[in-house]
Amino acid sequence: MKTVGLDVFYGEKQALHNVELEIGANEVTALIGPSGCGKSTYLRCLNRMNDVVPGCRVEGDVLLDGEDIYARDLDVVKLRARIGMVFQKPNPFPKSIYDNVAYGPKIHGMTDSKGELDELVHRSLRKAGLLEEVENRLDDPGTSLSGGQQQRLCIARAIAVRPEVILMDEPCSALDPIATARVEELMDELREQYTIVIVTHSMQQAARVSQRTAFFHLGTLVEEGATEKIFTNPAEQRTQDYITGRFG
Amino acid sequence: MSKATEQKGSPAISDARLRRRYRQERLFRLAGVLALGFALAALLALLASVASRSVPALTHSFVRVELVIEADPGDEPLLERLARTDFRKPIRTATRSEFEDAKGRKAKRELDRLFSVGAEYDVRDFALANPGVVGTPTTFLLPLSDDADLFLKGEILAEVAEGDRKISDRQIAWLSTWLEAGRIDRQLNTRFLTEGDSREPELAGMQGAIRGSILTLLVTLLISFPIGVGAALYLEEFAPRNRWTDLVEVNINNLAAVPSIIFGLLGLAVFLNFFGLPRSAPMVGGLVLALMTLPTIIIAGRAALAAVPPSIREAALALGATPTQAVFHQVLPQAIPGILTGTILGMARALGETAPLLMIGMVAFVADLPSGVSDPSTVLPVQIYLWNDAPERAFVARTAAGIMVLLSFLILMNAAAVWVRSRFESKGQS
Repeated sequence: MKTVGLDVFYGEKQALHNVELEIGANEVTALIGPSGCGKSTYLRCLNRMNDVVPGCRVEGDVLLDGEDIYARDLDVVKLRARIGMVFQKPNPFPKSIYDNVAYGPKIHGMTDSKGELDELVHRSLRKAGLLEEVENRLDDPGTSLSGGQQQRLCIARAIAVRPEVILMDEPCSALDPIATARVEELMDELREQYTIVIVTHSMQQAARVSQRTAFFHLGTLVEEGATEKIFTNPAEQRTQDYITGRFG
Repeated sequence: MSKATEQKGSPAISDARLRRRYRQERLFRLAGVLALGFALAALLALLASVASRSVPALTHSFVRVELVIEADPGDEPLLERLARTDFRKPIRTATRSEFEDAKGRKAKRELDRLFSVGAEYDVRDFALANPGVVGTPTTFLLPLSDDADLFLKGEILAEVAEGDRKISDRQIAWLSTWLEAGRIDRQLNTRFLTEGDSREPELAGMQGAIRGSILTLLVTLLISFPIGVGAALYLEEFAPRNRWTDLVEVNINNLAAVPSIIFGLLGLAVFLNFFGLPRSAPMVGGLVLALMTLPTIIIAGRAALAAVPPSIREAALALGATPTQAVFHQVLPQAIPGILTGTILGMARALGETAPLLMIGMVAFVADLPSGVSDPSTVLPVQIYLWNDAPERAFVARTAAGIMVLLSFLILMNAAAVWVRSRFESKGQS
């Protein structure tokens, strides 16, 4: 997946300037940068969630397997089934745990029988590391879980539709350190099957979970590269300043 | 040194300030309690006044009279002859023979008028159902007229000069004789809930108005709920934000504030005069009230939809749901309690609405019970309005009792709103 010359405007204001970024398969790519630098905007371009924002205009190309996802004949519903998303605040549907996970497969008609669906729900919960905790209360409302569990439920819900890419928008900012560690572990496991893009404010988190890091500042991509290199030997002065905490 | 005095001095100043702040707090709470107390007192006064006025309508007085029924002479079967018999006759014969002083046209008429016009129909219905009683003396419990009933309940006083009361000295004497003989019986006024309207207060009931109200509200609900929710959904979830939708929104808000009688005039012009729908019918009443309720439902529906967190919408969209799926699967179920509450409150307002219905002829006197939405009928508030206008004194109590019935329906609907909300909320999340 990659973006070529991506410009994003909110009304008159340009939020992203000519972003060129390649996202490697089966890797965790972290997007870091100070607030308002455009990293969330960039993330939301990748599955066209910006479509619903009034006045938002996207120019340039976002390519998924060489195919422009903003092409006229591309179906946004199909696209979002291929690129899942986990949000900043856990947002389970106010329905049962089971229904939360089963919703995606149901609307896409991914399973033929109840047994198959059960199997898929269990598998997704297991992958999200939540199955053991909720196995005997799948009918409880998803909102009755703790914050960390809710976030893992949202991850289970996202992977139930078997996406290729999972976008995570500060998935741990509303969680305590233990729940955060749990989600980070999970990302490491999920990396084997999925391509993950994560927006984070925590540089430690970026350093811990990602293989590649991209640093955004004021709507431009300042630098991107292997996480190790960005955090130890960045090419740009601004990156150096940011990761050492001199601004941001 | 200076630090010490500061520390000493500042608590003293803030103490006085603090006391003032606490006093403000107490005063504000007191004002709140007083406001609540006033509202409760006003409500209680209203309820107590209406309830106490309605008491005389709860029961009705009957007198026990022994009658001998004779069928009309002829060759036809008994039932056919009974069907054309004048049942006033046996009542007159029995009472006139009982009282020696019932001589002369005036006295006879006064004696006859002690009975309700419903008395002969009661006798007739009984005789037709039991033809065996013909010829044998049978004791009947006959309903008294509204004025006799009011006298027995102490609503008409004997002390008042004869010319100023609806019941004569002679009638009072006769009633007293029956009372002393223990032949007067007071029974629960079941007619009030089972019968339709009547010119005679003792025969008048609310059943017609109750049915009319239910039919009217059904029509209102069936029309305004789907259209209102649909409009709210489109405006809130799908409509592009531009000048046109702003204009529509402003107009809907304005419609909610339009006096209801305007909707009545619209109904008269459009439904009756243009489409030629039947006058006084629940169908037209329901249509008019639906127009009136629509803005309420749309506004409540939009508020309920807007209160659903956007994250739910995003979650569904990010899973690949189409916007319609996101709305119907995730957003609407969460908004349903709010929408239903708004709808029921709108319905409660429609139930109490009178003015627009006067315009489309639902103010007519309708004695028959309506059995469909195109039958002429009246509704509860209009029935109350009609009775309040009636000259007979006994209608005063019936008006109050009618208000009690209307209030019970309103309380029932509001309770339903509370129940629906709590039920859906506990179902959605807990």
